[in-house]
Amino acid sequence: MNLNALWEYANPKKFIETTDRVLPVLAWGAALMLVAGLVWGFFFTPEDYRQGSTVKIIYLHVPSALMAINAWLMMLVTSLVWIVRRHHVSALAARAAAPVGMVMTLIALATGALWGQPMWGTWWAWDPRLTSFLILFLFYLGYIALWEAIENDDTAADLTSILCLVGSVFALLSRYAVNFWNQGLHQGASLSLDREENVADVFWYPLLVSIAGFVLLFVALVLMRTRTEIRARRMRALLARERMQA
Amino acid sequence: MIALLSRDLRLAMRAGGGFGLGLAFFLIVVVLVPFGVGPESGLLARIAPGILWLGALLACLLSLDRILALDWEDGSLDLLATSPLPMEGIVSVKALAHWLTTGLPLVLAAPVFGILLNLPAPGFGWLVVSLALGTPALSVIGTFGAALTVGLKRGGLLLSLLVLPLYVPTLIFGAEVARRGAEGMALGTPLALLAGITCGTIALLPFASAAVLKVNLR
Repeated sequence: MNLNALWEYANPKKFIETTDRVLPVLAWGAALMLVAGLVWGFFFTPEDYRQGSTVKIIYLHVPSALMAINAWLMMLVTSLVWIVRRHHVSALAARAAAPVGMVMTLIALATGALWGQPMWGTWWAWDPRLTSFLILFLFYLGYIALWEAIENDDTAADLTSILCLVGSVFALLSRYAVNFWNQGLHQGASLSLDREENVADVFWYPLLVSIAGFVLLFVALVLMRTRTEIRARRMRALLARERMQA
Repeated sequence: MIALLSRDLRLAMRAGGGFGLGLAFFLIVVVLVPFGVGPESGLLARIAPGILWLGALLACLLSLDRILALDWEDGSLDLLATSPLPMEGIVSVKALAHWLTTGLPLVLAAPVFGILLNLPAPGFGWLVVSLALGTPALSVIGTFGAALTVGLKRGGLLLSLLVLPLYVPTLIFGAEVARRGAEGMALGTPLALLAGITCGTIALLPFASAAVLKVNLR
């Protein structure tokens, strides 16, 4: 595959044309996968012998937590692309991803609290994972607030992408700093590629489906929001031109 | 650079409030804490390192928007940008001036406030060491935040929203050093990590601050 062909999508027109075709597929795929994964998970899996029915929160909790982190990674990549190659679509995609990622973080925190109440006997504990997610949420908050605060689009894109780079380093630092600061209550990763033992297969397959659903949902939402941003910007340009002529 | 540093220091001292304000704020935080949690000396001794670190951090935060905002308003920042000094140098000097006027007084005053909070005797030395090591990082990170928000009309609140999450690792390790020092535990690891964070931020963050400032001055 010619990697250079990827940069064609930096052209907003080309981007809109392509997403016109891709977006419905992605959106329907996301809906299908989510419904399938969640229905399968909620109604057709056995209850865990220790956790009872609360185990089913995993189908929302794990995918949203996964996407919360990956959304930030995506913003990091698109910010880098903006800094290096200055493609506007890239900056707009980072802007579009931030609120989605923030909501994913909130979902992960909220479902975690709902699960933690019956299981750990507390809504919230200052566990390293929980704490670092809260910190990630604060980073999203600051990032979005900075986008909103600056009027000039290019300045905002520049500043937020540098904030994203610096923030990534500090988010990572905080992740390991909180590890140091308090011992964990949260169980280890239940999914990893390099381990023998993951969750049991009955839970694993519906979980995979709902993770796929969340990924598709995220991509579809980001594409949709990016399109909105492109069109909004185009509209502003048109209005400005009309004012000039009037 | 030295001329710029001495100019910033003079401005901070003569404008009033540069030295005093942060310290007074620190004092007030320390005085308010016992009202909030009760005067029991055992409890105060236990939370003293954390409170002192938090107070220093907030006092530091209070003066961040003064690092660049005044120079931005009267245009001297534009003059500095056209001077032969590299932007990285300018922001580093700004951070150093902020540390000398805010961080250093806090470090020196912290033991006195430690008495108020009934800090255990072995903790005093380590409190000073941890603050002396950690506050430069706070100034450098704060300068980055100030550079990000310098062009904004209502930047103050946004500045704290942006900077406070960045302060997390420094606070964790700094307070940990002070706490372990007060309890007489081994503290080599957090001390090394704190020093690492400070050195890392001093070495790298000025580049980000300079890049941000250049965008804002465009």
